[in-house]
Amino acid sequence: MTQMFEAPQIAPHEPKTIEKVAIVISKGSLEGIYPGLIMANGARMEGIEADLFFTFFGLDAIRKDRFEKIKVATVGNPGLHMPTLLGAIPGASALVTGMMKRQMEKIDIPPIPEFVELVADSGAQLYACKATVDMFGLSMEDFVPQVADIISVGEFYEQAAGGQIIFT
Amino acid sequence: MTALLIAETSVDVDAEGFLTNPDQWNEQIAEEIARESGVPALTDRHWLVIRYMRDRYLATGTAPSIRSLGKESGVPIKELYALFPKGPAKLAAKIGGIPKPRGCI
Repeated sequence: MTQMFEAPQIAPHEPKTIEKVAIVISKGSLEGIYPGLIMANGARMEGIEADLFFTFFGLDAIRKDRFEKIKVATVGNPGLHMPTLLGAIPGASALVTGMMKRQMEKIDIPPIPEFVELVADSGAQLYACKATVDMFGLSMEDFVPQVADIISVGEFYEQAAGGQIIFT
Repeated sequence: MTALLIAETSVDVDAEGFLTNPDQWNEQIAEEIARESGVPALTDRHWLVIRYMRDRYLATGTAPSIRSLGKESGVPIKELYALFPKGPAKLAAKIGGIPKPRGCI
């Protein structure tokens, strides 16, 4: 005799949505900064609240003197499938960065300065990490005007309460 | 795809309520979708964005990115989010009777 099993009952539920995200950008390379900006912008486009916290070299994305000069890391970047010594040749990083920027412009991804402004204008709050600011001897004057404040990690967690934290 | 009665007109919509056939759209439908999407009254500024989205979609087959929406619609990014707090591109597409934008930007 074969035994009959009933299909397990799955309780119907409302589709869940994310209401809020806090995104940490910790790397200063082009490929380190873009994912966080794209995720923050994408969150806002879906009506999801978004905060951005820049730490360590991620701060370069909001530093007035650096955010126009962000480059792809051509050394120690296996994703490029390029011999390390080739990546170390002077100008290699600028060349690869230029190629990638043109590719991004084609699919309407803005350059970093414009993207930072876009994300801020869309209502995302931008914060700089206090520990890094102190370590590098920086102040609010070093940052683009879209930066709301320099906050500690504790304040970041307070700010992120009730949402998802994404570390990039 | 299901048929839905909006503003006394039967329209085809996807699972999220986006019209799948832009030809079935009219302004009464737009106003009703807007109300249900948390935009109680459509102002001239809302219409500017909705018409821009719709025209671009009908002309090119894809909805514009939020970047070009901010640059070319005549409504800057900050105002776009004030008009459509739950996502300007997504909401303007829904109200304008075109499919949901699939782009990441």
